Amino acid sequence: MIDILTEYNVLGAFVETLKYTVLAAIGSLVIGTLVAVMRVSPIGVLRGLGTFYVTTIRNTPLTLLMVLSILGLAFIVGLQLSEDFNANTFRWAVVMLSVYHAAFVAEALRSGVNTVPTGQAEAARSIGLTFGQSLREVILPQAFRGAIAPLGSTLIALTKNTTVAQVIGGSEAAGLLSTIVENEGSSYGAFLIIALGFVILTLPTGIAFTHLSERLAVRR
Amino acid sequence: MSAQAVLFDAPGPRARARHRILTVLGALLVLAVAFVVVRKMNDAGQLDSALWTPFLTDPAVWSEYLLLGLWATVKAAVFSIALAGAFGLLFGTGRLSHNAAVRWACGVIVEFFRAVPVLIMMLFLGFGVYPTIDAIPDSQVPLVAVVTALTLYNGSVVAELVRAGVRNLPKGQGEAGLSIGLTRGQTLRLVQLPQALRHMLPALIGQFVVALKDSALGYAILYQELLTWGKTLGSAYSNTVPAYLVVALMFILLNVGLTHLAMAVDRRMSRRLGDQGAAGPLATGPEPELEVLHAAPPPGRTQP
Repeated sequence: MIDILTEYNVLGAFVETLKYTVLAAIGSLVIGTLVAVMRVSPIGVLRGLGTFYVTTIRNTPLTLLMVLSILGLAFIVGLQLSEDFNANTFRWAVVMLSVYHAAFVAEALRSGVNTVPTGQAEAARSIGLTFGQSLREVILPQAFRGAIAPLGSTLIALTKNTTVAQVIGGSEAAGLLSTIVENEGSSYGAFLIIALGFVILTLPTGIAFTHLSERLAVRR
Repeated sequence: MSAQAVLFDAPGPRARARHRILTVLGALLVLAVAFVVVRKMNDAGQLDSALWTPFLTDPAVWSEYLLLGLWATVKAAVFSIALAGAFGLLFGTGRLSHNAAVRWACGVIVEFFRAVPVLIMMLFLGFGVYPTIDAIPDSQVPLVAVVTALTLYNGSVVAELVRAGVRNLPKGQGEAGLSIGLTRGQTLRLVQLPQALRHMLPALIGQFVVALKDSALGYAILYQELLTWGKTLGSAYSNTVPAYLVVALMFILLNVGLTHLAMAVDRRMSRRLGDQGAAGPLATGPEPELEVLHAAPPPGRTQP
């Protein structure tokens, strides 16, 4: 087990996993918030677009999105995100991770909006706030606080799903494991190390978000 | 609260005018996105009818490629959900055991397999462990690896569903069982589990959607499922992009269908059972979406 740690750059692979996680978390939060706002907006076309996005993306395997991005969009349609081969892979993986998890972020936020009591929205309207203002000042701040638990689940899932970048040659934890397995055969040590790495990454996230969701919950 | 009705007022004349403008802008946005997509696809020659017509005119596209893939995908998902049900029942009841050691061991196993990415298990089993086991014929290694990995992950999620389902039953159910002289095991088996399981059915169908989607990870260990067959089809007919898009559509239709089935089952359950004894959040419906947190999980929610 020790020789795995000395022979392979396990730490480097997990740093890569973390980079994917952080960048895609930001990306999916931005896209997801936009989609969630679209889904509660008074404009029918935007509502439809938001629903379409969530239904389509949520029911497509992430593996398919990954493969489509590199083999389809980058090589055939010619949408290169970087001249450099590895940077192109990395950026496409981040984009697809963001796009995929945005659908779940949007659903989490929508469930957060549902925790806001009717009276809050009515009060916002009755003091003359427009839709945009009431969303910005009253609804969304409470919705985010009510959505912390499902957002935490999405972040945990995102951390684990960064492994899917392996299918397009990402050099993160799963990429490293496939290299090790190729060289060493069935190395239980390598599996345990990588698996524990994910336990270490996700367990504190789960505990922190459970704690946060209780602390930040709006007292009603 | 129903967002649409409450977040904004019934619009007056000025708001109506503003909404009309925004509707037009929204429609333009949709059109602009569609335009860019179509143009990019067209520039790359991906809209040539020669690439798309085989899906309509050539039965071999379906019979020799896509349907074989669909079958493999469904097969892997059905096996793993059936096994995950057994795994979940075993470890879920294990976590409810009155023996601390059993409870603790089951808890560690369930939390471990929920935290480890499915692909990590698949790569390790499919490329590392199973090829060295003689009992598994080489041709079946990818399938067995896919099913094992999906079983361990989904089984752990189901275990949490079972535990939460029993825990959320009214306390009187368990007490009533004990007071008529049933043992703890009998109470669980005869009184609590049947009720919990019935409420779990929609969530279980939701978990099936997750298994279907995750079986596409088999692509990484050369399991011949729908995505892999889509790739093969793309090479054979040199229509990679259309092939992937059709495969995506097949996944979406299948999963949307299953989600609707889960919702219908859920509605039927709540009609038949009323609200009494409804196992808490289980009754809120399947909406396959998020993985449960490590705390008391809201079941009926599956993960991305």
